[in-house]
Amino acid sequence: MNALDVARWQFAITTVYHFLFVPITIGLSGVVAAFHTAWVRTHNPDWLRLTKFFGKLFTINFALGLVTGIVQEFQFGMNWSTYSRFVGDIFGAPLAFEALLAFFLESTFLGLWIFGWGRIPEKLHMWTMWLTHIGTVLSAYFILAANSFMQHPVGYVFNPKTGRAEMHDFIAVLTNKVQLVTFPHVITSAYMVGGSVVMGVGIYLMLKHRDGADGAMYRRATRIGAIVALVASVGVIISGDSQGKIMTEVQPMKMAAAEALYDTPADGTCANFSVLSIGSLDGSKATTIIPVPCLLSFLATGSFSGHVDGINNLKQSEAAYFSTGDAKVPVLVDGKVVDTAIKDVKLDNGKTLLDYTNMPSYTPNIPLAYWMFRFMMGAGFLTMAFAVGLLWVTRAGKSISNKRWMWVAILTPLLPVFANSFGWIFTEIGRQPWIVYGLLGTSSAVSPTVSAASVWFSMIVYTLVYAVLAVVEVKLFLTYTRHGADPFEEPVNPKDVDEDQPLQFAY
Amino acid sequence: MNYQLIWFALIGVLWTAYLVLEGFDFGVGSLLSVLGKGKDAADTEKRRRVMLTTIGPHWDGNEVWLLTAGGATFAAFPVWYATMFSGFYLALFLILMALIVRNMGFEYRHKRDDDTWRRNWDIAIIIGSILPPLLLGVALTNLVRGLPLDAQAEYAGNFFTLLNPMSLLGGLVVLGLSLVHGTHFLAMKTSGEIREQSRALGTRVGLVTTVLAVVLLLWVGLAVGKVSVWVGIVVAAVSLLFGIFMNTKGKEGLAFIGTSVTMAAAVATYFFALYPNVINGKDGKNALSIEAASSTEMTLKIMTGAALVFTPIVLIYTAWSYWVFRKRISTKNIPAAVSVH
Repeated sequence: MNALDVARWQFAITTVYHFLFVPITIGLSGVVAAFHTAWVRTHNPDWLRLTKFFGKLFTINFALGLVTGIVQEFQFGMNWSTYSRFVGDIFGAPLAFEALLAFFLESTFLGLWIFGWGRIPEKLHMWTMWLTHIGTVLSAYFILAANSFMQHPVGYVFNPKTGRAEMHDFIAVLTNKVQLVTFPHVITSAYMVGGSVVMGVGIYLMLKHRDGADGAMYRRATRIGAIVALVASVGVIISGDSQGKIMTEVQPMKMAAAEALYDTPADGTCANFSVLSIGSLDGSKATTIIPVPCLLSFLATGSFSGHVDGINNLKQSEAAYFSTGDAKVPVLVDGKVVDTAIKDVKLDNGKTLLDYTNMPSYTPNIPLAYWMFRFMMGAGFLTMAFAVGLLWVTRAGKSISNKRWMWVAILTPLLPVFANSFGWIFTEIGRQPWIVYGLLGTSSAVSPTVSAASVWFSMIVYTLVYAVLAVVEVKLFLTYTRHGADPFEEPVNPKDVDEDQPLQFAY
Repeated sequence: MNYQLIWFALIGVLWTAYLVLEGFDFGVGSLLSVLGKGKDAADTEKRRRVMLTTIGPHWDGNEVWLLTAGGATFAAFPVWYATMFSGFYLALFLILMALIVRNMGFEYRHKRDDDTWRRNWDIAIIIGSILPPLLLGVALTNLVRGLPLDAQAEYAGNFFTLLNPMSLLGGLVVLGLSLVHGTHFLAMKTSGEIREQSRALGTRVGLVTTVLAVVLLLWVGLAVGKVSVWVGIVVAAVSLLFGIFMNTKGKEGLAFIGTSVTMAAAVATYFFALYPNVINGKDGKNALSIEAASSTEMTLKIMTGAALVFTPIVLIYTAWSYWVFRKRISTKNIPAAVSVH
């Protein structure tokens, strides 16, 4: 593997790992804030116990999401310096906004929440968790705006003098049509994860305490988790459906890869969706085993008779479009924006824009895209089924006692987390070989001065350290889960705190 | 208005905020085993918990200043960000590793009542607090001293190019300043023995740091030879001595302000020495200028607008968070360890 391949592997490993914790952070901070609000409103002891219990699980998870997130911000410059030069004028701003508007908010108010017991008045304390949650959602908005630019660059103009894409319309960058469907999809997925974590942990504790006094409390938490997951999953489906349609429009190759649809259906026939198919490993052909007639046409276009292009057709048309340089991009010419064919854009440094866009192939890894797309949906639908099943068996005051539910307890939090990973792997693999679709090839983006040996070293150490931290994290999470919620303690009013007595919380 | 210059200055402000704030939590973390040593095992554990609790609510927010400095450099000076981050690859990688294990230590150490568990995280916190200021000092000093850059402003050296005497001294000075700053913070935020011992240690470390800092700053001053740089150097040296003196007089707040000003003056000195570049060239060749590194005016204007509106809000709630946790802490305030099996 050369430096480019290792840098790609490292980005994939660190990003997928980071995003195991992100949806839990977003989703669980919302649920904990809601529990805290329920406590402040009702003063029912159960709510405070659940707030503190899920708050601890939240902080165990947040720590890893935070530390692995720092790596992400630095990695663009460290491993992808050509990319950073090429798009920094546009891509840097959402990252700076994310730090200024979101990271400060979530970090500062989470610190206040964790250490605030007995120090901040009750209502204000509840609000610190809501502000933490708002911080996580804002953070998602800005980083997804940056990612959407890579999927579908808008609001920019290419400047041949500086040899880079430059900001033309920041509002267009923030309201990219890909962003407007991706943000709801990611946020609802995160709530699905948050609900599922509460539901999975709740099922375990409900079984453990089925004859005890706490059974009712855990049953209630479990049902809330299931409802959150179920409602969110409806949002995931609706937003995912819009996303599929937008993606077909802006990156037809990605959606063709999602289906391993090699040949464009003849005029007047529709495209089938294959639930299962076997393709050759090099991704040159596929044999469909379970087809659903016309479903792909519907998913991609909203009509059962809609036209969908196949990979072979797209291969030819994209090659013609990009490698000959007939594709047009907005270019700054004498202070004006002129749509110009890529082949006609000459840079001041002697290169042409075609040097950045001409690649041997415009086809992503099709088997990977195909399976990730299916795993994502499969894991999502299975989670929904568990949530529906749980709500059904616990209806009208019933509880569960069958030990088989333990499997559901284990799978429920994991499935939607992995569905998030599968979705992202699909999205990012499907965009290849582009780092910025239609404008910059991934192969041109890597840092020219960082040796393969350096990246090998960092990739191996990241992987080892991340693996160790994952083991520590999961063990701690399970220890706290087994322990369950602490007994109720009357909270201390900040006004009654004496200088010399122990703090409610200390490191 | 020259937005490039404004952002050059603002990046300096962000680094100042980062070093003033995270500087003290680096110091506290680094000294965990030194000032956390009590008369017996139970006392040692309580003292360490006092130290960690003083920075507990704040370290995470403090670290965001680094992320903001990074993000703002990316947005305002993409070429600077690209050259510096890829050029300092291994140094930054080590900083990231150090921050990862340290932050995990802060969050996980108290979550199990187990001596081995705590001892391991203590090691992570101590190493993770010493390495970043040391390496950041090395990296920033290299920017001023001059990096070998090619005509495309790509870094043309390797990891060992960075390990020159001036930059290594720069690393020691930033670490030393963080240690002194950390003792001033602890003296201000604790009571009892830790407070007394922090003050005593602060004076000793402070004098060593002053010697190192004066040598470094004279070295930089003579190499650059600008009036603005000499002003920065004088302010840095005077404020550091003022901080140390106030510490010996028991004026802990003023001591902390003194070392905060030193951090700001040190950053200002470096930025004056860089101007009109963002990275000085080796032997005066191929420097990367503010102008060549910068984003378009449109991006800089958008960023300026965001900074004007949101920085005051951030400062207000950050200040509120410090106000909420303003009380001094002593070993009497430490509750029993959390016991979860």
